[in-house]
Amino acid sequence: MRHHSFTSTRFTAGFGCFLLALLFSLFSLSALAQDEPAEADSLLVTPDSIPLEYYPLAPTNVSVSDAPNDAGGSIDVQWDISPDDVPDGKVKQYRILRAELIEGQPGEFAEIGDATAGATAFTDGNTEDGLDYIYKVVAVNSLTENNEVVWEAATESMPAGPVRSSAQWFDRQRVNALVGVILLCVFIIYYITQARAGKELFIRKIAGLEAVEEAVGRATEMGKKIFYIPGISDMDNMQTIASITILGKVAELAAQHETWLEVPVCRSLVMVTAKEVVKEAHSKVGRPDTFHEDQVHYLTDDQFGYAAAIDGMVVREKPATIFFMGEFFAESLILAETGNASGAIQIAGTAAPAQLPFFIASCDFTLIGEELFVASAYLSREPKLLGSLKGQDMGKAVILIAILIGIILETFDIWSFSTLFSVID
Amino acid sequence: MFVIQYFIPHYPFNRMSHWFSDWFAIILACAIVLGALNLMKISIQKVIKKKPGWGYAVVIIVSFLLITVIGLSEGEAFREPGTWFDWLYVYVYTPCSSTMFAILGFFVASASYRAFRARNFEATLLLLAAFFVMIGRVPVGDIISGFMPEGVRLSNLASWIMTFPQTAGQRAIMIGIALGIVSTSLRVILGIERAHLAGE
Amino acid sequence: MSTKAKEILVLALIFAFSLIFYIGKVLGWEAVRFSTTVSLIVILLVALSLLWILILTIRGRLVERRIVFLYVGIAVALPLFMTLSQRIAISPEVEAVYNTLEGLPEGSKVLVSFDYDPPSAPELQPMAEAFLYYCFEHDLKVIMMGLWPQGPMQANLAIEKVLSDEKIKSKNLKYGEDYVNLGFQAGYEFVIQRMGSDFRSMFPTDYRGTPYEQIPLVKNVKNFSNIDYCFNLSSGFPGTREWVQIAVDRFGVTLGAGNTAVQAPQMYPFMRAGQLVGLLGGMVGAAEFEFLTKWIGKGTKFMISQSFAHVIVIAFIIIGNVAFFRSKRKTGLKR
Repeated sequence: MRHHSFTSTRFTAGFGCFLLALLFSLFSLSALAQDEPAEADSLLVTPDSIPLEYYPLAPTNVSVSDAPNDAGGSIDVQWDISPDDVPDGKVKQYRILRAELIEGQPGEFAEIGDATAGATAFTDGNTEDGLDYIYKVVAVNSLTENNEVVWEAATESMPAGPVRSSAQWFDRQRVNALVGVILLCVFIIYYITQARAGKELFIRKIAGLEAVEEAVGRATEMGKKIFYIPGISDMDNMQTIASITILGKVAELAAQHETWLEVPVCRSLVMVTAKEVVKEAHSKVGRPDTFHEDQVHYLTDDQFGYAAAIDGMVVREKPATIFFMGEFFAESLILAETGNASGAIQIAGTAAPAQLPFFIASCDFTLIGEELFVASAYLSREPKLLGSLKGQDMGKAVILIAILIGIILETFDIWSFSTLFSVID
Repeated sequence: MFVIQYFIPHYPFNRMSHWFSDWFAIILACAIVLGALNLMKISIQKVIKKKPGWGYAVVIIVSFLLITVIGLSEGEAFREPGTWFDWLYVYVYTPCSSTMFAILGFFVASASYRAFRARNFEATLLLLAAFFVMIGRVPVGDIISGFMPEGVRLSNLASWIMTFPQTAGQRAIMIGIALGIVSTSLRVILGIERAHLAGE
Repeated sequence: MSTKAKEILVLALIFAFSLIFYIGKVLGWEAVRFSTTVSLIVILLVALSLLWILILTIRGRLVERRIVFLYVGIAVALPLFMTLSQRIAISPEVEAVYNTLEGLPEGSKVLVSFDYDPPSAPELQPMAEAFLYYCFEHDLKVIMMGLWPQGPMQANLAIEKVLSDEKIKSKNLKYGEDYVNLGFQAGYEFVIQRMGSDFRSMFPTDYRGTPYEQIPLVKNVKNFSNIDYCFNLSSGFPGTREWVQIAVDRFGVTLGAGNTAVQAPQMYPFMRAGQLVGLLGGMVGAAEFEFLTKWIGKGTKFMISQSFAHVIVIAFIIIGNVAFFRSKRKTGLKR
C-alpha cells in the first residue's frame, strides 16, 4: 500500500506561501520607504537618477602656476569657463579639487575651495612649498530650494599639474616704487651732506610758525594758560611725531616765560612721550622745577569724549593760546570753534586734508599739510634738517615734471609713460 | 623693516612685519592701562583737593568704574543685546557721541557765517564753488535748476567740481603730505630727528 | 534776562520736549505730520524771517551766533514733520558701486568692513542697510568685520534691520552659511596686512566665539584672493585710505567704499586712479544708493532736512557777506 506524504505536501505549500508572503512584505516595505520624504542628508540624488542633459560640460584649458611675487604657499589655478556657463545656464559654480602627488601618483582629490559661475581663476593659499600638487576644476549644476540642495550634477575637468609653490625674493611689480624711494632718499641724503658742508639753504616764511613766539608771549602777558592739543592719533603716526617735535619748542618757550602749558592727550603712548619732551624742555632752559606731572595728562581714547573734555576745559579755563598740531578728524571744528568763541589765539597744523578748511576758517594761523613736517627744521634752523627739506622739494620737482610729461604724452594718446607709475597688481 | 618687507616677500621678511605688528598691538593694549591709571589719579586728586571743576572728576570716576564693573561681570557675552553693557552703549554712549558729532552741524553754520567772505578774487571763487557744491549735492539743487537741460543742472555742476578741481587740489596736498611723511620718516630712521625722543 | 537764565530756559524747553516725545512714544501717539500746504506755509515763514534778518543786517544790526544755531536747529527738525517729496539724482560714483554689485554672480563672497562708530551712524548706517539688503536679495554671501571696536555692533544692528524685512525673511538666511560677523580686531591697518595672507590669523573665531574653520561660509576663505568684492564703511582712521593702500595696492582687491561727507572728497583721487570702484559720500550717497537698491531707509527720509540745512547755511553766508560789504563801505566812507 502507497501513502501520499500529507506532511510534505502541506509543508511545501506552507513554505511556498511563507516565501511569497515574505517577498511581498519586503516589496511593500521598500515601496513604502520610497514614498517617505527623504532626509536632508540624502537629498543628493545618485548619479544614476540625474538625466545626462543636466550635467554641464567641463571647464577646459585648466592651467596651474606658482603665484608670483609672494612668500610662497600659493598656487594660481586658471581655466576657461565651461561652454554651458551662460546666464541661466547649467553651471552654478565651480569647485576646485586638489591632490598631492605622492611618488609620482596623485593621491585622493579633496575640495579646497569654490568659485562662482563666470569665474576663471582661483588662488589656493594653503599649499606647502616644495610639494607637488595636481588640480581639477569641477563645473557644478544644482537645484537649491529654501537653502537646501535638492540635486547636484558635476563634471570634472582634466587634471592639471604637477605644480609647486615657492617664495620669491623680490616683488617685481614694485620696481617702480623702489626706484622712487631710492631717488628720494638720494636727494635727501645729498642735500643733508650739502648742508653739513656749510651751504646756505633758503626756506620761505611760514606765518604759522613765525607766530608761535608771539602766541606764547600773549599767554604770558595775559597770565593765562597755553593749551597744546597733539591730535588724536597715536605715536605710530608721523603727524603725531611732528606734533611732539613742535611741542618741544613750544614747551621751551613756555618754560622760559614761566607760562603754564597744558597738554591733554588722547593716547597713552603719546602721554608718555609728551611728558618726557616737556620735562626735557624745562630742563633745557634751566627750569626743571617749573615742570609739573599734571601738565601732560590723558583724557580718553574716544574721539568725541576727547573733544567734549577739551571743550569743557577751554570754556571753563579760557586759555590765551591754543595749539592744534597733529592728526584730527571730525572733532577739529568742534575744538576750533569753541576756542575761537573763547577768544584764544589759535595756531593749527594738520596733514589731514579734510580738516584743513575747518582750521583755516576758525584759527588765526594754519600750517597746511607738509608745513607741519617742516616745523622742526624751521624752528631749529639746523642744517641737517633744512637739507632734508631741500631733498623733499627736489622729489616734488621730479614728480611735477613727471606729471607734466605724462599729461603731454597722454594728450597724444601715448600711455606707456603713465603705466610706469602704476602700482596696482 | 616695513619698507624692506614691502619689496621682499620671502621669509623671514614677510614674518617680520607680522611680528612687529603683533608687538605693536600688544603694546597698544597694555598702554591703555597707563592712560586709564593717569586719568584716575588726576581725577581722584581733583576730588580730594576740591579743585575747580571737581564735580566733573566725580562723573569721570563713577562712569569709569561703572562701565568697567558691568563689562567684566557680564563675561564674554557682555556685548550681546539685552546685557547692561549693551544698554549703556545704546542709551548712554551712543546718544552722547551722536550729540557731540551733531554739534558739528551748528558749528559749520556759524564758522561759514563768520569766515566765508568774498574778500578777494580767490575767496569769491571759493565761495561760488561752495555755493554750487552745497546746493548741487541736495535735491533742492535740481528743483531750482530743473528748467535746465540734463547734464548742466546744479547736481552735475557739483559733481564736476568734486571730480575735477577738488580732486586736483586733494592730489596736490596728498603728494606734498606723502613727501613730507617720507622725509620725516627718513630723518627719524637716520636719527637726525630726535626731538620726539626728548633728544636734541 | 541774564545769560544764565536764558540757558536754563533753553535747557528746560529741551527737557520738556524730550519728555513729551517720550510720553508720546510710550502711549503710542501718532506721529505729527504737516500736510503739504502747511509744510509750504512753514517754509515761507522761515524764508520771510531770513529776509527780515537780511534787512536788519543791511540796517546795521548784526546777527548773533545763537540765532544761526537756532535756524540750523529749525532747518533740521522741522522737515521731519513735513510731507514733501523730492527727486534724488544719482551721481556716477554711487552708480559705480551699484554697477559693480550688479556684476557679481549669485554666491559671490563679499567682505564688508564696518569701520565706524555711533556718531557716524546717521550717514553710514543707511548705506550699510541698503548694501546688505541688496546682497541678501541677490544671494551674495556676506562676511562682516570691523577695524573699529563698535563696528561689529553696528553690523549687528544693520543685519537685524535688514533681516526683519519680509522679502529677506522669506529667504531663510542662515548665519554661518549666508552671512557671518567675524567681529573686531585691534591693530589698525596691520589687520588688513595680515588678512592679505591669512584671515584666520586675525579672526580665529567669529563674533560669537565659533572657531573660524567651523564656519561653512569662511572655512575655505584663506585670504583676499578668495573674496570677490570688498566694501568699506569708514569715518576716519583706520578706514578707506588704509584699505586702498594695503588691500587694493598690495593684494589687488576690488574695493568700493562708503564715507562720511567730510571724508568723501579725499577719496576722489583714488576713484579717478581706479583704486576705488565707486564711492557713497555722506547721507546724499546713502539716499542715492537706497534709491538704486530700492531699500528706502533713513538716508532718503533725512535728505529733506539736509536740503533745508544747506539752504539755511547758504542764506547765512549771504547775510554774512552783506554785513561784510556794508562794514567795508562804511570804512571806505569814513576815510
